Amino acid sequence: MDSSGAQASGTFDADRRNASWWVDRVVQALVFTGGVSAIVLIIGIFVFITGHGFGFITDHMDVGEFFTSPKWRPTSDNNPTYGALALIAGTASVTGLAMLVAVPFSLGAAIFIAEFAKGKTREVLKVLVELLAAIPSVVWGFIGLSIMNPLIIETFDVPVGLNVLNAGVILGLMAAPIMTTIAEDALKAVPEGFREAAEALGATRWQVIFKVVLPAARNGLVAAVLLGVGRGFGETMAVLMASGHSINLPTSPFDSVRALTATIAAELGETAAGSEHYQALFTLGILLFGVTFVINLTADLFIRGRRKP
Amino acid sequence: MFESTALNDKNRRVEKLWRLLFCAMTVMLVVPVLLILGVLVVKGGPAISMDFLFTDPTDGMTAGGVFPALIGTVWLVAVALLLSVPLGVAAALYLSEYAPDNLLTRIINLAIINLAGVPSIVHALFGVGAFVIFFQFGTSILAASLTLAVMTLPVVIVATRESMQSVPHAFREACWNMGATRWQTIRHVVLPNSISGILTGVILEVSRTAGETAPIMFTGAALFLPYLPQSVWDQTMAMSLHLFVVATQVPGVPEHLPFGVALVLISMVLAMNAVSIGFRMYLRGKKKW
Repeated sequence: MDSSGAQASGTFDADRRNASWWVDRVVQALVFTGGVSAIVLIIGIFVFITGHGFGFITDHMDVGEFFTSPKWRPTSDNNPTYGALALIAGTASVTGLAMLVAVPFSLGAAIFIAEFAKGKTREVLKVLVELLAAIPSVVWGFIGLSIMNPLIIETFDVPVGLNVLNAGVILGLMAAPIMTTIAEDALKAVPEGFREAAEALGATRWQVIFKVVLPAARNGLVAAVLLGVGRGFGETMAVLMASGHSINLPTSPFDSVRALTATIAAELGETAAGSEHYQALFTLGILLFGVTFVINLTADLFIRGRRKP
Repeated sequence: MFESTALNDKNRRVEKLWRLLFCAMTVMLVVPVLLILGVLVVKGGPAISMDFLFTDPTDGMTAGGVFPALIGTVWLVAVALLLSVPLGVAAALYLSEYAPDNLLTRIINLAIINLAGVPSIVHALFGVGAFVIFFQFGTSILAASLTLAVMTLPVVIVATRESMQSVPHAFREACWNMGATRWQTIRHVVLPNSISGILTGVILEVSRTAGETAPIMFTGAALFLPYLPQSVWDQTMAMSLHLFVVATQVPGVPEHLPFGVALVLISMVLAMNAVSIGFRMYLRGKKKW
């Protein structure tokens, strides 16, 4: 270390601005830039999608029609209408069904992995869950298209197998590993002392889980479910391929629907930049961004609540 | 006095029942997916050969191989990594080594969580608005990779920060006591001790990036191109989009072809993940502190 020789002179040399000091300063500035880049990017995303969608909101959008009309007809020649209700209903029905499938199973799996499984079994299960989370969404969509579709047609004797049921199950399988991982973390974060105290009072394993661990981990579990909802809500390719992609207010799980995300993915390529239709798609993007932002924020508040008992 | 009472027996039965229920739930989560993977292997396996991997698609994409898509994915992932790894590591360094516990740090963390939670199609819109139109990169590998880099940045930051924070604080203190600056400490103590954890995170990011479809659809990936990309300003094919195209957009595709593409894509992604997991386990076994 090339220190500035304060010791040699016998007095304390307050000025330590040698080369190392300057390098340190520069690096600090660089990593600080890296640190704030996340903030810059999230603001950038907001600015750019609102920038492109804003023209539609101010000039063309009829808020009442947007949220209450199921008529999404952006390409109609004489009278294009932009009612997003059917798209919102499509996203909601698919995500809802996905959560119905995924929440019980992933919480059950998280409890099993965190509280019951030991040693090798635990390791293997954790790795399997992690691998499940890694399957790309386009592959899930393809599975919905090529495996689930004929399966649903055959089992339920319906004409089309690309529907809410198909997309919901696919989305459930996609969201489950993430929810399992986060829920398991939440269960593991409950101090071992809580369990020991309950066991010392004579509680059985399941009493410990239901009366002590689950209530203590409640916030983390809620966050896990919320992040699962966010994932399902924002999923694009799988829903595009498995939901049937037809504009519908679904009345049964066997109806085909169209999701907000899938609409953007399917139509953006066909629109001219800056056109009304193009701006309307960005408006859907603003809606998606806003909702996932709120979901993530809420989930974070729940997790923070857990950390600060 | 130690004989089990009726209550003990009941408790034991109830516990067994719950255990069985949770075990069944776990199994039902894992088994369908394994079955599905099995079907992919059985149906896609016959399509795969050296020819499939190393020839161009022919006959309007109803025959031939996936070579340009494979090369395109490598381009996209490589450029995205070049952009996101330095930025992600810098951000992680700041959060792990410099950041005080203040409002700014909390906002940064919140931004990272939100960046990870933004739907992929919104990232695509951002990519179109920012990189394709505003910065005038056009639909190109550069625009697509930038979009992918923004999207996977949180993965790098979180993995890197975690591995840096797992370096014991005493190591740093020992180094500071020798008169080292913060950067010297990072360079000679923190980075060498966390580099393998960072690599694990990078491998994980590669697998994420390779599988993404929505963010590249409108920013740089093309349905079909008769040539390979020559620079970052060219468009390119990609495995993920190729699967979408042959599965939904092209009529008259023989059934085994999309299964083959899906199998290649998923093998790439799962292999990367397996490497990352194996690497992590090896490291955990080797850890000295």
